[in-house]
Amino acid sequence: MKETPNLNYVNELAAGDSSIKTKLISIMKKEFPEERAEFMLYMQSANYTKASEQVHKLKHKINILGLQEGYVLAKSFENDLKKNIISLNKGFSKLLDTIENYLNTL
Amino acid sequence: MNCIIIDDEATARAIINHLCNQTPQLNVVSEFPNAIEAIKFLNQNEIDLVFLDIHMPDFTGFDFIQTLKNPPKIILTTSDTNFAIQAFEYDCIVDYLVKPIQLTRFQKAIEKAEQMTIVEEKTSVQKQDGNNDLFVNIDRRLVKINIPDIYLVEAKGDYINIKTELKNYIVHSTLKKIEEKLPDTLFLKVHRSYIINTKKIIDIEDNSVLIKQDIIPVSRANRPELMRRLNFL
Repeated sequence: MKETPNLNYVNELAAGDSSIKTKLISIMKKEFPEERAEFMLYMQSANYTKASEQVHKLKHKINILGLQEGYVLAKSFENDLKKNIISLNKGFSKLLDTIENYLNTL
Repeated sequence: MNCIIIDDEATARAIINHLCNQTPQLNVVSEFPNAIEAIKFLNQNEIDLVFLDIHMPDFTGFDFIQTLKNPPKIILTTSDTNFAIQAFEYDCIVDYLVKPIQLTRFQKAIEKAEQMTIVEEKTSVQKQDGNNDLFVNIDRRLVKINIPDIYLVEAKGDYINIKTELKNYIVHSTLKKIEEKLPDTLFLKVHRSYIINTKKIIDIEDNSVLIKQDIIPVSRANRPELMRRLNFL
C-alpha cells in the first residue's frame, strides 16, 4: 500500500485552532489502540460478526487519516467478516500497523 | 436548538461536538456512547435535535428511533451510504451525513432542520387556531364542545358518552372516530371502552384510574403508555 496517513481532514476541521487539533489527535491516540485490541480479540476468538463491527468503527479513523485505499480495503473486509471470510486480515493488519506507527509520531 | 450526540466512537462525538460549536444556533446539551442512556435522558429532557450514529453494537440507530413515541428531529451520521433509503422512511429524519463530516455539509443539514422547525411551528399554530372545538351531532343539531373540557369518553354500544366538566353528551359515533379527532397530547385510550383526558386524572390504583368521580379500568396493554405519560417524582 503506497498511501500514507495524513491530517488534512483534521487540519481543515480545526481551521487553525490548535487546541481542537490536539484534542482530536489525543482522542484518536487513545481510542485507536483500544479498538484495535478489541478487533484482535474478536479475531482470535473467531467471533467475526463482532470483529466486523470493530472494522466498521475503525473505518472512520481510516477515513479521517485520508487513507482512501485503506478505506476500500476495510469496507471489503467488514463485508467479508460477516460471511466468515478472513482472507483480507493480513492486509488489514498491515493497514492498522501503518496507522499505529503514524499516530505514535504525532 | 438544543441537541445531543449519540455515537459509540469518541472521535466521532468530538468531531460532531466541534462542528456544533462552529454553528451558533446549536447548543450541545449532552453526549452519549450508546442509545440506551440517551433514551433515559430523552424521557426526562426536551431536545430539538439528535445526531445519531446508525451503526452501533447491540442497539442500532434505527432501534433507537423506533423506541421513541415522539422522536425529536434526527440527523443520522454514518460511515455507510447503504442505509440512505431506509433512513428517509422516518419523518423525524432531517438528513443523512456520511463520515468524516465536512463543515459545509454539516451546516446544510442544520439549515434543513431549521426549515423543518419553521414548517412545524406554522402547522402547530394553524392547528391550535381551529382545533380546540369539536362539533357533535345531537338531535340534528351541531353542538360545540370545547375539547380540553372533555375528561372522559365512554363507548356505549353504537353510541359514545362524552363527559365534560359541565355536561354529558350522548353521540351516535364510535370511540375510534373520536380518538382521531382528539389530540394525543391530552387524550389516551386506556381501555377498549374508554378514552381519558390524562390531565384530569386524580389518582391511579392498580389497574384503574380515578378521573373526576369515575373509576376507569386500564387494560394491561395500555398501562405502560399511561405510565410513560405521567410526570413522576
